[in-house]
Amino acid sequence: MTSSSLAPPARVPLLLRFGVVERYTPVATMVLALIAIWYVASVAMNWTLVRDGFEREETPYTFSDVLAGTMEAERPLLPAPHQVINAFVDGVFGYSPLAPRSLIYHSLVTLSATVLGFVLGALFGIALALLIVHSRVLERSLLPWIICSQMVPVLALAPIFIVVLGALGLQGLLPKSIISAYLCFFPIAIGMVKGFTSPDPLQIELMRTWSATPRQVLWKLRWPASVPYLFASLKVAITISLVGAIVAELPTGGEAGIGARLLSGSYYGQTVQLWAALVAAAVLASSLIALVGLAERGVNSRMGGH
Amino acid sequence: MSTKATPKRLVVDAKAISLTFETADGRVEALSNVGLQVAEGEFVSLIGPSGCGKTTMLRVIADLQQPTSGTLLVNGMTPENARLARSYGYVFQAPALFPWRTIEKNIKLPLEIMGFSENEQKIRAEHHLSMVNLKGFERKFPWQLSGGMQQRVSIARALSFDPAMLLMDEPFGALDEIVRDHLNEQLLWLWRSTKKTVLFVTHSIPEAVFLSTRIVVMSPRPGRIIDVIDCDFPPDRSLEIRETPEFLKIAQRVRNGLRAGHSYDE
Repeated sequence: MTSSSLAPPARVPLLLRFGVVERYTPVATMVLALIAIWYVASVAMNWTLVRDGFEREETPYTFSDVLAGTMEAERPLLPAPHQVINAFVDGVFGYSPLAPRSLIYHSLVTLSATVLGFVLGALFGIALALLIVHSRVLERSLLPWIICSQMVPVLALAPIFIVVLGALGLQGLLPKSIISAYLCFFPIAIGMVKGFTSPDPLQIELMRTWSATPRQVLWKLRWPASVPYLFASLKVAITISLVGAIVAELPTGGEAGIGARLLSGSYYGQTVQLWAALVAAAVLASSLIALVGLAERGVNSRMGGH
Repeated sequence: MSTKATPKRLVVDAKAISLTFETADGRVEALSNVGLQVAEGEFVSLIGPSGCGKTTMLRVIADLQQPTSGTLLVNGMTPENARLARSYGYVFQAPALFPWRTIEKNIKLPLEIMGFSENEQKIRAEHHLSMVNLKGFERKFPWQLSGGMQQRVSIARALSFDPAMLLMDEPFGALDEIVRDHLNEQLLWLWRSTKKTVLFVTHSIPEAVFLSTRIVVMSPRPGRIIDVIDCDFPPDRSLEIRETPEFLKIAQRVRNGLRAGHSYDE
């Protein structure tokens, strides 16, 4: 045995030791590449706009003047990443949370419609799945309508819903939630039909040998067996629900909500505001999915998942 | 050593059971004129090649399938009433445990369904887990147990509500030889200590001869009984009796029966 093998191991940098580098390098590389492409694109797309601006004002300009201008134009075709981030940070932290210019305020408006719509849609979807699983007749009569309901573009339906419900005296949160629910019940209904029918035939026969009632079969077998399907469809549904809420905000004329910010941004050519609202929507969607994922983890560990 | 002096209560009394069903290839006679009497406390094995109707017969007794004709009394009742009265526990070839329930809660499942009190559930789960030597595994989940252990849990589950009879459909068919031998000994001990009536479907000759008080040999197309063999080894027998001439003689008779009923065309 040589003395070198007894020497203390060479010091490995902390980050390398826990695989942090291996884990995050691909993601970081991807993000950096996208940002680089974004900068190049914003320079290219805003170039003529900025140059024409200089020429209209008949001020002398150099190459570097135009280059700098493309990245801080007030109404660029494509805002540079730092402009979007600045606008987003300003929108989130720059105002009191309930001010009409605060992104937090608009996010909360959209979030409440999303969550209410999600809950309504989930309950409706699960109820439909239960009916379909328990009756062949209902399966044949309901399923075609459920599928048809999703072939109508929601962009066309949303104004009709808003107008009709408005005539009935319903305004604000509920109509938006109903559109959300209309979109998100579908993946839940389809997923839960699959989930409720997922138990092994042997497990169903065992329940029969114990003379279990249909309700016991549902609560002790079909419902727990469908939990993985439930969470898979909830993850799809929550993002669709957000899209539904945003779309539903468009025909309201842009009072409040992320949809309203998107609409007014595009009306007035406020592209930076538009992109900041998009970032807010993306952050909202990711956090909602993360929350569903967290709930899934919690439930899984209680149900013996591994 | 005959016990015919005191006629025991019949747990299964089947007369002229037939079951036919239509398939795309025509009529299949799964059971043809099958008669079977099982007295309380007996261990009866149904043995035969696949398609001989042994599993179908078990399912008919369990009211999982209905015969086309014939009369059948289970525990003195119609099969449906016997099922509703929870007269039997059924063990399938696969353990069919509920993966989201711990071992203890799996055993409690039929008890929950049948409305036993919380306290009674706990006592029974504990008792039956120790009967199959799985004390200490209460809080484990099924995936943490081996196949043989899982099957023991499913036997404990079938016994938990104290049914009059145990119906077992090739319960050890998916296990390897060593585990199977071990479980055969355990099942024999369980049968002896609980005095339950057991109806046992298998296609293993040594298993049938080792466990049974009576072996019913069946044959396919149509599914029928071709031989019934009495078997009276001492109740505290061990696996060693499989080497004795008496054992081999009975095994030979079962084999002859199976051969006679089997068509080697296919």
